[in-house]
Amino acid sequence: MKILVPIKRVIDYNVKVRVKSDNSNVDLANVKMAINPFCEIAVEEAVRLKEAGIATEVIAVSIGNKSCQEQLRTALALGADRAIQIDTDQNLDALNIAKLLQKIVEEEAPQLVILGKQSIDSDNNQTGQMLAALTGLAQGTFASEVKVEGDKVNVTREVDTGLQTIALNLPAIITSDLRLNEPRYASLPNIMKAKRKPLDVKSAADFGIDLSPRTTLLKVTPPAERQAGIIVESIDELVEKLRNEAKVIS
Amino acid sequence: MSILVFAEHDNSTLKADTLKTVAAAQAMGGDIHILVAGSNCQAVAEQAAKANGVSKVFVADNAAYEHQLAENVSLLVTDLAGDYEHILATASTTGKNFMPRVAALLDVAQISDIIAVESADTFVRPIYAGNAIATVQSLDSKKVITVRPTGFDAVATDGNAEIIAIDTTTDAGISRHVSDEVSVSERPDLGAASVVISGGRGMQNGENFKLLEGIADKLGAAIGASRAAVDAGFVPNDMQVGQTGKIVAPDLYIAVGISGAIQHLAGMKDSKVIVAINKDAEAPIFQVADYGLVADLFDALPELESKL
Repeated sequence: MKILVPIKRVIDYNVKVRVKSDNSNVDLANVKMAINPFCEIAVEEAVRLKEAGIATEVIAVSIGNKSCQEQLRTALALGADRAIQIDTDQNLDALNIAKLLQKIVEEEAPQLVILGKQSIDSDNNQTGQMLAALTGLAQGTFASEVKVEGDKVNVTREVDTGLQTIALNLPAIITSDLRLNEPRYASLPNIMKAKRKPLDVKSAADFGIDLSPRTTLLKVTPPAERQAGIIVESIDELVEKLRNEAKVIS
Repeated sequence: MSILVFAEHDNSTLKADTLKTVAAAQAMGGDIHILVAGSNCQAVAEQAAKANGVSKVFVADNAAYEHQLAENVSLLVTDLAGDYEHILATASTTGKNFMPRVAALLDVAQISDIIAVESADTFVRPIYAGNAIATVQSLDSKKVITVRPTGFDAVATDGNAEIIAIDTTTDAGISRHVSDEVSVSERPDLGAASVVISGGRGMQNGENFKLLEGIADKLGAAIGASRAAVDAGFVPNDMQVGQTGKIVAPDLYIAVGISGAIQHLAGMKDSKVIVAINKDAEAPIFQVADYGLVADLFDALPELESKL
């Protein structure tokens, strides 16, 4: 079984995001970038399925300019076998990303595609579901457990009411939630080995897809700051304030 | 111009969040219809028909929609989409699951998690876990949108819409529901509660969450937790408040033993009144709290319970 893992290069989750003074977007100049945390969990799950003898090959794919090769090398160091970069300088909507991934799914015919449930920059939570729709495949989003059984995969999903388990026909699309696994650290020998693993570069323009934007980002602003309130000295004072000042308890 | 709102429900009760999604639809302007897709869900349709400003409620009552599998529901919504300029669902795990499928089938973008409506094609949504707020204009003729319920006030339930059955069956036949593990609680739903009390890593273990229960009982509150408390195994994941858990905005939010990581603040900072109880006076949670109490929670919680 072949597993395809699309990954995204995003701002490192430890970095505090700042909005540009002209409100055109957030400022990403000289900011530390990393593999999106949910994507890293997706890579880990694919590698574990390979280690368990269920998968035979793990292919990482990323869409962006040359800099996303850094994150592809990270995926290779974590255990992916080879990588594909779809080269573009455009900042693409999730729908266009899904259309490019659809082409890779057609070329590679994986039995599973595992993606992160959302990227921590745009917070869209769309790409996996859109790819599933375009390829006509079943989807298991927000996965906390994945079990391949014959020609089906059972996916336990984290939903608002608790957990839901569904059975999907293979091939299928899965998106990872936080608790699916805890990704390993890449060892130094594996980081060295990853440098020699194959990384193909394809041009986004060569796929013949209309990649024109579907949305316009009009402005980006910092969130309204919440003013710090007061420090109360005792429970009595707290209860008094909640009752008489804030009037939120009776 | 018409707007289709997908109803969030469990086949017997309409979720209050749907009334907030209807409020978002009203801000866009147009004739509003609700779609109830489920199995034996007539009661939901009757509740949906009372939503203010809604003219029609379509009911697709079929076993294929019982668990709202994305593959089946997205085909149904796509079938109905022709007549609508806007298609809206609550940004719950149901809406987030099937709506991008609808958008892709319609070959349009989706605008996720909107918190405000600027005009019929321009919307406001948080990005970077709420650390930046984006204003986005859709260039598509049809707009597929998920609505974050904390951004809107529920519409009144004084309406009287016409209920229309639709008998289309769209069963993709590629996925099947196996089981649900529903967390049972006698307390109000986290997303709907007007008071939420949450515990963090400072609670030290799951057993100590009992200290929150007495207070929750007196206030009619839901009990939540920070991701640190969930990851430490104190409580199950569905109690998690935060960017990767539930986003809440109650009238009163009480954070106990929670330091206030960005992750957690993203899930509760729109609460009307925030109380923080933490023994570390430097904890970032105090920077967003209206009322802070620097105290050991094991002393403070029993005293608070006795004085309410």
